[in-house]
Amino acid sequence: MNTNVIISIRDLVKVYRVGETSVPALRGVSLEVRRNEFVAIMGPSGSGKSTLMNLIGCLDRPTQGHYRLVGEPVEEMDARQLAVIRNRHIGFVFQTFNLLPRATALKNVALPLVYAGVGREEREERAFAVLAQVGLANRVYHRPSQLSGGQLQRIAIARALINQPALLLADEPTGNLDSRTSAEILATFRYLHQRGMTIVLVTHDPAIAANAQRRIELHDGRIVRDEQAGSELALVQAPPASLESLAGAGVASQAREEEAL
Amino acid sequence: MKSSTSAPVEASAPAIRERETVWRPLRKQGTKLGSNLAGALEAVWSNRLRSLLTTLGIIIGIAAVIAVITLAQGANAYFTARFSQLGTTVLTVQPGSSSSGGASNGAGSSPSLSANDVQALVNLPHVLGVSPVILSGGVIAYSNTNWLTGVEGVSSAYQSLDNWQVVEGSWWSQSDEQIGLPVIVLGQTVVKNTFGLTGTNPIGQTVRWGRSLYRVVGVLAQRGSVGGNDQDDIAFVPYTNVMRLFSAKGPVPLDRILVQADSVNNVSQVQQEATLAMEQTHHIAPGGQNDFTVSTPQQLIDQENQSNAALEDLLIGLAAISLVVGGIGIMNIMLVSVTERTREIGLRAAVGAQPSDIRNQFLVEALILCTIGGCVAVPFGLGGAYLLTHQFGFPFVPSVLAILLAIGVAAVVGIGFGLYPAARASRLDPIVALRSE
Repeated sequence: MNTNVIISIRDLVKVYRVGETSVPALRGVSLEVRRNEFVAIMGPSGSGKSTLMNLIGCLDRPTQGHYRLVGEPVEEMDARQLAVIRNRHIGFVFQTFNLLPRATALKNVALPLVYAGVGREEREERAFAVLAQVGLANRVYHRPSQLSGGQLQRIAIARALINQPALLLADEPTGNLDSRTSAEILATFRYLHQRGMTIVLVTHDPAIAANAQRRIELHDGRIVRDEQAGSELALVQAPPASLESLAGAGVASQAREEEAL
Repeated sequence: MKSSTSAPVEASAPAIRERETVWRPLRKQGTKLGSNLAGALEAVWSNRLRSLLTTLGIIIGIAAVIAVITLAQGANAYFTARFSQLGTTVLTVQPGSSSSGGASNGAGSSPSLSANDVQALVNLPHVLGVSPVILSGGVIAYSNTNWLTGVEGVSSAYQSLDNWQVVEGSWWSQSDEQIGLPVIVLGQTVVKNTFGLTGTNPIGQTVRWGRSLYRVVGVLAQRGSVGGNDQDDIAFVPYTNVMRLFSAKGPVPLDRILVQADSVNNVSQVQQEATLAMEQTHHIAPGGQNDFTVSTPQQLIDQENQSNAALEDLLIGLAAISLVVGGIGIMNIMLVSVTERTREIGLRAAVGAQPSDIRNQFLVEALILCTIGGCVAVPFGLGGAYLLTHQFGFPFVPSVLAILLAIGVAAVVGIGFGLYPAARASRLDPIVALRSE
């Protein structure tokens, strides 16, 4: 088993049943994503990209086919085991941020650690550290209603990173942000990638997808294009100072997987 | 196994070696419950008014539970105190049967005790003393003062049977009793209200009860009151005198007969022999339906407590209905809460909450809601119990156990009625939940 393969998908089929009729959303998708890839999954609505994202994110199970996430056969798992996999290996970033409105930034970021069974002291210590890394050290005790969209998405990113996931899965992360803030968030993704993080970004917008290193296009439940971007993709030259130690997350998760093998 | 050394990591990822953050291995602790508790308190607090209205049913139910238990304990304390004055060796013979299936409505209602029974009981082995009791009452008048009180016709043995101390004069003698002499022994309250004004020594004075005159031979020591009942508001006259007084309307029935055994060990033997002797004088075959009851002090206490059970049953019924209604209210508000927080549930599931974690979160919330309701109910329950015990003349005996029990009941209601909403939350599909508005 090649430990550098994060996502390994073979002939994935997903059929939704709506009453008597069956609606195929994925008609046989095969895909491999290696460590430290930055992949954009594109496609118009109804192309199956949301279905594929849900499957990659272990939120749903395929009708047919095989999916291994960091070597673990996800397609055989029940809801309980999938929750463990999501907690351990995946960091989610959503279009609508999905922060708990009554909880502080600190509590929001620490949430995944609650379900990992980590003690409060250590949860807060680590949430502090990750918030500092996304430049929100002075917003730790703010609640979502007191923060801007860009800050909210950075909290969401911090939350996604706190468990040192193998995969960062972002679903239209800039969909609710203005263009300047979008650029900031995308720069953050590029920076995380550069620091070793594996990222899958789902978007309908080619301009957003242009930030990724590899672009996969879906149409009618099939992959119609899978191309590497040329070297024209500029590296982030001077990353924001606050982001400098984020790479640690990627490293630690890799170490953890190697330990497990 | 999450502990890792960083050496192989650095070897396999040389590009990102510098400036990495080295995380300590995760320390696992059972902290989900603490987190659930904090979250639940926050949820309850942020919907304060709704929480309060929701728990109203629980508050009423739990207050009723506390009131019932406190009232029952007050009643028990009252009857225990009242009958324990008789001493543990005194048996009580009452007319009527108590064997009619727990509901002893027959006891004391049929006039079946007579002076013959007293004679039959006096000569039994291990019997120290026997006294009939004829309950009566009326105005005791001295000079131009008078006082309405209870008057009991008893025998000379009654003094030791009921543990009365005589502070002045003495109880009448057996020979006085045999000839039915009109003598009277007065309680402190009666003395205070008839002789108190003039300060006359009552011994040897003549008082009037009804149309008859009585010579005061003794004054009783003060006993105080039990549960609001003044024990000293009483007067005793020889039962022989009372029987003669009322004999114009036929033989006078006795209200009860007290029988004192010579020791605690012989109480049950005396109880059996008294029953047999009474059966003989009443011409009842052994094992037949008796028209009298011989009870130990404990049986009397139990009997009295049983007659309070009806009121307690009513309150418990009220509590049960209120708790069910309250529980349904909790279930309803928890279902609303689950619907309102569908997205939150989806998010929690996405970041790794197990279905059981989601379920526990809402269970804890329902539990907290009900437990807070239970705590709020405590002062209301105690207040209600205070008013009720005063109404009935029972002592007010609040107990920590009753309060803890009531809060425990609230917690059980919370878990019981929170289970369905919590299970529903835990079964939500995270994808659908995340997409909901």
